Amino acid sequence: MIGAEFMALSLPPLLIGTFAAIACALPGNFLVLRRQALIGDAISHVVLPGIVVAFLVTGRIGTWPMMLGAAGAALIAVGLIELIRRLGRVDAGAAMGVTFTAMFAGGVLLLEQSDTSSVHLDVQHALYGNLESLIWLEAAGWESLLDPVALASLPPELTRITVTLVAVVAFIRLLWRPLKISTFDEGFARAQGVPATILGLALVVTAASAAVAAFDAVGSIIVIAMFICPPAAARLMTERLEAQIWWSVAFACLSAVLGYVLAGYGPLWLGGQNSVSAAGMIATVSGMILAATALFAPHRKAS
Amino acid sequence: MLRDALLLQMGYNATLVALGAASLGVAAGATGTFLFLRKRSLVSDAISHATLPGIGLAFLVMVALGGDGRWLPGLLAGSALSALAGLLCVTWLTRHTRLAEDAAIGAVLSVFFGAGIVILTVIQTLSSGRQAGLETFLLGSTAGMLFSDALTLAIGGTLVLALALLLRRPMIQVAFDPGYAETAGTSVSRTDFLTMALVMAITVVGLKIVGLIMIVALLIIPAVTARFWTNRAEYVVALAGLFGGLAGYLGAAISATAPALPTGPIIVLIGFALFVVSLLVAPGRGVLAAALRYRRFQRRVHLRQGLISLAQGQPVYERLTRRLLRREGFLRADNVITDAGRARAAKILRDETRWQAVRRSDSLAPLAMQDNGMTDIASVLTADQLAEIDRRIGGPKGVTP
Repeated sequence: MIGAEFMALSLPPLLIGTFAAIACALPGNFLVLRRQALIGDAISHVVLPGIVVAFLVTGRIGTWPMMLGAAGAALIAVGLIELIRRLGRVDAGAAMGVTFTAMFAGGVLLLEQSDTSSVHLDVQHALYGNLESLIWLEAAGWESLLDPVALASLPPELTRITVTLVAVVAFIRLLWRPLKISTFDEGFARAQGVPATILGLALVVTAASAAVAAFDAVGSIIVIAMFICPPAAARLMTERLEAQIWWSVAFACLSAVLGYVLAGYGPLWLGGQNSVSAAGMIATVSGMILAATALFAPHRKAS
Repeated sequence: MLRDALLLQMGYNATLVALGAASLGVAAGATGTFLFLRKRSLVSDAISHATLPGIGLAFLVMVALGGDGRWLPGLLAGSALSALAGLLCVTWLTRHTRLAEDAAIGAVLSVFFGAGIVILTVIQTLSSGRQAGLETFLLGSTAGMLFSDALTLAIGGTLVLALALLLRRPMIQVAFDPGYAETAGTSVSRTDFLTMALVMAITVVGLKIVGLIMIVALLIIPAVTARFWTNRAEYVVALAGLFGGLAGYLGAAISATAPALPTGPIIVLIGFALFVVSLLVAPGRGVLAAALRYRRFQRRVHLRQGLISLAQGQPVYERLTRRLLRREGFLRADNVITDAGRARAAKILRDETRWQAVRRSDSLAPLAMQDNGMTDIASVLTADQLAEIDRRIGGPKGVTP
């Protein structure tokens, strides 16, 4: 019955982890090329106040309130960063630092102030997620994949991240040319009639949605790691954007699968009894991949 | 209650925390300024997240050696070592690969943090029954702060502050003009590294109180806040220290008044409040000052254009212009120009003629570049030059009918 156990305990987290990794890595390619990599960092910090406020407003842990709260917080953060940058004439990095630390602090304070002891909402959860707990109880084996009753009990996170991934892919596929042009030469893109500002904002919103959906399942550590590490490693492998995208998807999948397996079984191989954090392990593996490409990849040096 | 807290009357522990947080704030604010002026504020984010695996490893090593894993100096030494490793990774990635600094920062902070989480889960399983409590380093905790902890904070903060003040000249030089600094004999890479080492020291010292996610705020926010008030680097450093200390002290005092007010977030939010106030009301760079400046300029333009139109016999219909002209006494209620208005208009037209002459003149033409259409000519030309220009234009002539 290894099949049944695998279907029930390992397949959903593996799929969720992989889809989350790809959904973050895809917009990450453009963020890294546009030198906006740390937008991902800022977004993943402000997700916490977003879900806390959503919880306080609705009084329960619901999927949609949390998603909306987190997305709203991400938009507010992006707006605030831009506002501080323009009004205060502060450089982008410092504006980001001011915004996300203050919003994160606000989130922690609200969390301490409100009574969340009855629900599963804490900072640790926000940071590491709980990938391991996303199990599919009804699965009895491979045949469950065709059984509508069993399929209905799949973790809702899986549906959500799948929908998000499809949306991200569609966004990049549909706006491929304008995205590519405006990433490499914004002035030329404007001259060609591409609304570069709106496109940039749309990219950030897409990244934020991916971050929010992924965060819900896997915590914010993976989100930042997947925004940056696979695209950065892919950048060192090739000089062509199309190839870079494929490399980043491959690296994201590799990190998710290898990280999950190492976290689940690595300690057992080493003689331990308990597994370690899958989210942390996935981030670590993506870092190893980046380290390897930084040392050996064909296009690691600026030409 | 709050007054007691602010006056350090809340008991021994609260007093310790307040003084410790204040000294940390001063040191972090002053040190963070150099980072901010170098436009590398977010490197501190990578450094602070990179402390986590070091804390976990230090705990494991101390337990393996048979000691108490929670010995603070040991944990801090471990965090410093892994922060150093993270910093070296950022530097290496930026210098030896084509990745930009922001990608390097993001990669290092997420990977080190992820590795730290892995180590923390290992610790949780290894020492089940013995709660390690290392999670307090994420968000900081001041509960049960000992006199020795406060002393560590005060001494560490003072040392870093002293070093930062000692090194302020080369650090400022590198921040403003790295090329010049290099030719003047200041090694840019070494100075950058020293700045980062100071930031690292502050991060390690501050981990206990505000935690590794929010220590970044103490390094960045006071410096950005101070920048609004002055254009001189030394004053920015001093003011940032002041704002940082204020945030630390007030935050710790306020959080002592109620159990559900965690110290770290309160300190950060006080710092942010100081930032917002400065952003709005600071003279010069503040939003309010900029709005007032814009309004003054707008009025001058309206007055000037209105007067020129009136002097040339054209009526003015624009409401704001009319109102401004009337308030200055240049326009009567029935929209006829007054004598004062005529005099002012004549002066404006004469200055305009003077500018034209300046532009035609070979020697003075470069000065005309400073005219934005509203510049007072007497502020650009000397009295002698003005006299020369007036001689060329000729004196006022009678108007031929």
